[in-house]
Parts: sequence; C-alpha cells; structure tokens
Amino acid sequence: MKIKQISMFLENKPGRLSEPCRILANAGINIVTLSLADTQQFGILRLIVQEWEKAYHLLKDAGCVVNLTDVIATEVEDRPGGLAKVLDVIEEAGLNIEYMYAFTFRKYDRAVLVFRFNDPDAAIAALQARGINVIGPVELYGNS
Amino acid sequence: MSEFWNDAGSPFHPVSAPDYLPEPQLRQLQLHRLKVVVRRAYDNVELFRTRMQERGLTPDDIRSLEDIRKLPFTVKTDLRDTYPFGLFASPMNEVVRLHASSGTTGKPIVVAYTQEDLKVWASVMVRAFAACGLDRGDIIQNAYGYGLFTGGLGAHYGAEALGATVIPISGGNTDRQIMIMKDFGTTAICCTPSYFLRIIERAKEMGVDLKSLPLKAGVFGAEPWTEEMRKRIEAETNIKAYDIYGLSEIIGPGVGNECAEQNGLHIFEDHFYPEIIDPETLEPLPDGQEGELVLTTLSKQAMPMIRYRTRDITMIYPETCPCGRTIRRIRRISRRSDDMFIIRGVNVYPSQIEEALLQVEGTAPHYLIVLTNDGTMDDAEVRVEITPEVFSDRVGEMETLRRKISAAIERIVNIRINVRLVEPNSLPRSEGKAKRVLDERRK
Repeated sequence: MKIKQISMFLENKPGRLSEPCRILANAGINIVTLSLADTQQFGILRLIVQEWEKAYHLLKDAGCVVNLTDVIATEVEDRPGGLAKVLDVIEEAGLNIEYMYAFTFRKYDRAVLVFRFNDPDAAIAALQARGINVIGPVELYGNS
Repeated sequence: MSEFWNDAGSPFHPVSAPDYLPEPQLRQLQLHRLKVVVRRAYDNVELFRTRMQERGLTPDDIRSLEDIRKLPFTVKTDLRDTYPFGLFASPMNEVVRLHASSGTTGKPIVVAYTQEDLKVWASVMVRAFAACGLDRGDIIQNAYGYGLFTGGLGAHYGAEALGATVIPISGGNTDRQIMIMKDFGTTAICCTPSYFLRIIERAKEMGVDLKSLPLKAGVFGAEPWTEEMRKRIEAETNIKAYDIYGLSEIIGPGVGNECAEQNGLHIFEDHFYPEIIDPETLEPLPDGQEGELVLTTLSKQAMPMIRYRTRDITMIYPETCPCGRTIRRIRRISRRSDDMFIIRGVNVYPSQIEEALLQVEGTAPHYLIVLTNDGTMDDAEVRVEITPEVFSDRVGEMETLRRKISAAIERIVNIRINVRLVEPNSLPRSEGKAKRVLDERRK
C-alpha cells in the first residue's frame, strides 16, 4: 500500500525546478503530483509518478541527487473537513507526520493526502484500523 | 643475479645518496655552493648586485652558512618587475628551457634552466620518486599538465631518469585517465590531490574499482592539501598518498618530498637551502618554529634565487627522520599566506575549511569559499557539495547536516561562516590546481 516518492535536492536558484521536469517530460513521464519544501538556501522536490523506477534512474543518470521514500496516500472527500478528519485519526493514533501534501483528482470529487511517516507500515496499520482509506498504486495511478 | 638493484628488497636507491650525507659534510657542501651561487648572481644579475651594494656587501662576505642572513630577500614581484628575462644569470645561448607560471594577475613569471639545471632537476625528482618507493619497473602516469607549467615536464624527466615507464598523459580527460590506468597497469600517478579526487569520483561513476588496480602510490602536489585529505584518498584507494613540494621560481616540483614515514617533506637541501622567517619582522626563526619558508637555490645556474620568500607557512622539524635521511624535513604545507582571507578580523585559510569538511561524515571535499562584501564588511560563504549518501527528503536532516558543517568550521576557525549546500558536480572541477576561493567582493 506504500507509494514511492522521488525526493530530489534542488539548489535555490532560477531555473533549477524546470530541469527535472523537462527530463521527465522528454521521457513521457507524467507527474501525478509534486511538492516543494524550500528553505532559504535549498529546496527538496518531492514527486509522485507512476513510472517511479524509470524516473528515478533518469534523474540519477542526469546527475541529480535523488532518493526514494515510502509515503502513504489516503483518499478523502474533497469537501470541508476532509483533511481534518484524517488528522484527528492520526493524532489519536499517536503518529508523527514528517510532512504531508495534498492534491485533488481531476475528474472526481476526491482528494488525496500524501503523508510521510517515520514508520510507514505501522502508520498504515493504524490508519486502516481506524477506517481511513489508504490507497495503493493501483487506485492512485488508475485515477490520475 | 637480479635484474634490478632493489630486487633484494633494499629501500635504498643509489641516486638518493645525497639524502644521507653526514651533517657536517652536508653543511660544508652547502656553504661551498652558497658562495658560488652568490658570486654568480652578483656578477650576472643587476637587481641582486644593486641590493648587495646597497647593504655594503660583496660575495666575499659569505664566510659561513649563517652569513646567508645578511643577504637581501627576493620576492615574487621581483620576477614580475624584471619580466621576462631580467633575473637570468646565464646568457641565452646557455639557456635550454623556459617555463612560466600561469600568472593569475597580469604577466606570468618566467624561469630558465641550463643543461646542468635540468640535470639537477631530474636528479631531485628521481630522489623524490625514490622516497615514494618508486623505481624501475614502475609505471608512472604523469597527469600533471605538460607545457609552460613546470609540473608536467619536471615529473616526466624525473620519472624517466628513475628508469620507470612514463605515461605522459598530462592533465584532463578523466575517463581516459581511468581507462589507461586500468589497461596499462599504472602503479603510480602524479597529479594535484584535487584532481585525484576527481578521478576517484569519476571511477566510481564508471564502475571502476580503483582498489582492484595495481595503483600503489600517488605523488600529489602543486597545491596545499591536508592530512584529512590524505586519509580520505588512502581510504578510497589502495595507494599511499605522498606529498611533493616545489615551486617554479626555485626549480619546479622536486624541492622536497615525503618519505615512507609520510611525516614531513625532506627538502633536497644540498640544492635548496631552507630558512624559516617571521613574515612580519623577517627575522630568521630556529628549527621547530612556524614561519614563512625562504629558499636559496644552491646550484642553480640560469636563474639563481637568493632567499626567495615562498609565502608558504611551515616549520623545519628539529628531529631527524626515522627513515635515516639527514636532509631536514619541513612540515607539510597546508597554508600559503597568499591564500589567507580575513573575515571579521580572523585569519582563515582554505585548508582549515577543508579540514572541517572532512571531519563531517558524508561530505565530499568539494567546496568553494566565496568572499562577499555588503559594502561595509567582508564576509564569506562556504559552498559544499552534498553527496547522494547524505541526502534526505527531510528538510530537518539537511539543516542538521548544514549546522554540523558550520559547527565544525567554527571549532577550527573560531568564527561562524555561512554554509550553503549545493548540488554535486556543481562546483568547478580543476584538472590542475583547485580553485578554492572565489572573490566576489565589490572592488
């Protein structure tokens, strides 16, 4: 049920974000979603793509610093309170969120929340036990 | 009957005999040569003669080695001011070779050699290689740049005179360096330590395991480097990394070299007389005290250098070396007074930054110090390349790495210097001397 996220180091300078995007575009790889964590000095780009293995190697071969991280995707209704409900459950389960980001599907009224937990397996078990819809690659990429 | 003299396992190479001269004999030889070279410079070099006369000195005033202290210093600007041939002591028809420095500002400096000078140069290079345990049968890949720079040809003729097989590959084209190293069975490489790091890095990318090759020694010089850098190089390869010292004003590479002890560089002082002075007061300092290295070429014909101020900060070890050589050692040069920069009143050397970086796990010794000025005060930023091993998708971990580097620098230089993490291979790689400082101060 875990999703592979590609994380990439970016220097904070103009044009730096476009390079990985161009590499993926040239290879015909669609970015399902991305998030950028930035500090004053550098950024960390987080990408979700279906062909993560291919994307990882393409970026690595291009000299980018990348690694793969297991993240968890949960699906909620795209309406007020959707995120709050999941966060309540996470808090109740005593899970610590390293970071998260969200995106919505184009054709459906659903939103996907992507979470990075320290222990993804424990987090999946805890979330599922509390009725949260943890989705795997099939649902994620099938819907996008 | 063995083919080579060293098949018996003796570490002694006949050409290294002067390294082991009994001290009284060495001092006697030095004094004799000093008198000759001072006379030669006085008779043939106007700048030197004028300076002697201003001090009321003649060559006859040199009666002991201590009398060298009476002589005027020579500095780099003297070579620029007399560009190109003003300090030559031989007529041009006796000069068989010219070299010139890269010259970062303005005109280069030009140095000259007679046939005899080239013989001396090759002989000290042979002694340098022998001190690294190299001999006939070794395959030496010479990746110093060939051309006006003294490194390439200096190492080349020394390696040939040693009887080793020389691969005159010159610097650059790293992929080919690695291919040839592998295919030709290179046993020793000569280049700058920063370029060898590039070779290590590239070999990894190419999937070549340097540890599986016969490569056993590196003769690294032409730029200051640190003990930490040596440890890193030796940990990633099977080589012993030796430090070689030289400067073109004196002869080129081969002024001094480490022996198997790897603890200080033996100066071939039968040809190059070392002194340490206080760079402020210019007073000579005793062995064991740190100061600026001053060298006098005792046997140079075409271009004698009398008391040349090298700008290199070191000390002469007072103890004799366990290797048995009687020629004295200087501490390896990690600092050049030219490279020093001052941040908030504190003197900082690039080597100190390197030392700090190498203390932090997982950082590559690829760095650049950028000097800035906001209009009121000089400041510096250290740019450090991150490696895939230390990269984390978590901002907190990356910030922790940055703080660790910053703290390591602060421990060594006692001031806080901003650290910026940059992408691998984003800093310029050098095929010769590494550029460690970028000056972006408003002039």
